[in-house]
Amino acid sequence: MIAMEVRKSSDVSLREFGCEQNLLSRPDGSASFVQGDTSVLAGMYGPAEVKVSKEIYDRATLEVLIQPKVGLPSVRERSLEQCVRETCEASLLSFLYPRSSLTLILQVVHDDGSLLSCLLNGACMALMDAGLPMSCLFCGVTCAINADGEIITDPTAAQEKQCRAILTFAIDSTDRKVMMSSTRGSFSVHELQECIAVCQKASEKLFKFYRDSVQRRYSKTV
Amino acid sequence: MAAGFKTAEPLEYHRSFLKEQCRSDGRELSEFRVTTLNIGSISTADGSALVKLGNTTVICGIKAELSNPTVEAPGKGYMVPNVDLPPLCSSRFRPGPPGEQAQAASQFIADIIESSEIIKTEDLCIERGKLCWVLYCDLLCLDHDGNLLDACVIALLAALQNTQLPEVTVSADTSLPEVNFEKKRGLKIHRHPVASSFGVFDKSIVIVDPTAEEESLLTSQLTVVTDEEERLCSMHKPGGSSLSGEKLQEVIGRAVVRQREVQILIGKVLQSVKTPQ
Repeated sequence: MIAMEVRKSSDVSLREFGCEQNLLSRPDGSASFVQGDTSVLAGMYGPAEVKVSKEIYDRATLEVLIQPKVGLPSVRERSLEQCVRETCEASLLSFLYPRSSLTLILQVVHDDGSLLSCLLNGACMALMDAGLPMSCLFCGVTCAINADGEIITDPTAAQEKQCRAILTFAIDSTDRKVMMSSTRGSFSVHELQECIAVCQKASEKLFKFYRDSVQRRYSKTV
Repeated sequence: MAAGFKTAEPLEYHRSFLKEQCRSDGRELSEFRVTTLNIGSISTADGSALVKLGNTTVICGIKAELSNPTVEAPGKGYMVPNVDLPPLCSSRFRPGPPGEQAQAASQFIADIIESSEIIKTEDLCIERGKLCWVLYCDLLCLDHDGNLLDACVIALLAALQNTQLPEVTVSADTSLPEVNFEKKRGLKIHRHPVASSFGVFDKSIVIVDPTAEEESLLTSQLTVVTDEEERLCSMHKPGGSSLSGEKLQEVIGRAVVRQREVQILIGKVLQSVKTPQ
């Protein structure tokens, strides 16, 4: 039996999360996603007119804008936008809307850790609310490795500061494989595999939540 | 005739090569392009390096300036990386403020510097709370033929190993810094992170070091940064089709081998620069 260098937390625990859809009147789809104290508001416009310079002849052009709570978007937001945009593009059936634009705007309402995963979850809920066809759903899970080697899922900002590595993964709903990965800090290969396994387990809870919320919304009460 | 087919159906063109387990430029699926390195070419910079990865050319210049340390970290200096993609390197980039790719690359380099602890920022501190070194790392892409991030990381690592900082003392009477340009010391490099980029074709075939035309056809891209202790400093996969656990393992294995190759290359070039002196 190989001794594991990483001690797993006995149960994958996520902070209390909640979501509200269709809360804004102007966007075609909107959602608010809350994970503990981290809160994000997403608005989706599209399919709509696209600038000729940006149009793609066979697919829709997806643009993601992330607005921080304070100040103007900086280099850090651009890197988050790239991650969210490429994840959404992989799951959207964008070839159904050639020469159109899809604009996703994410507003950070409060950042208390695990921001990128909250942005991904908000984005997925907004895309669902807009009724855009997708090949799979995705969810974001963040885990952090602290100085003792323990893995903490869905860390708060205070926990993130003390950890030596923070890993965020986007997991797809069909095969539970890793769609997007963004990491900070250094870690071993074994720790990476542990984190992926933990995040895949945590994604089960999120996908069940997606299913329940859609079921509740569209089921008719007699 | 092949040129016509390549323009009309680029995906099918590349697929026909991948079926034979090779690529359109004759490389194997897991073969990197020829890496050339030139160190110390910019005499006005404190450290510099030019890297050519096939046709992709990136030059890194390091300028050191004196500054006050930040309030959050009074005992540390800091590094400010910036990746610039001018219209010179590719027709995709227009003149004006940095686009998304340049900004995302700058953020990636900043994260690598922080995650890998390539240099200990405490070494950049001259006097706690009062004076420290700031290293401005400017990475300029001269030719973008795919795999920008790998070239940037190699250029940064080589330029840092080439950087010479003059000795600075704070004079007791005037409490002003006194720079002694005669005495120069190199930077102590703590870790040697090297990036390896991979691309996934048709959601299943993994290729190493994609060129610009291959990059436009990939379903997903992945960059793994490892250091000499085989620790992962970054696993950057900005979306795209999903990847299974086994493929990830193979990819990390290849990245570790590449790290050793590049470290040996940089070591050899630094030796050759030092020996004539």
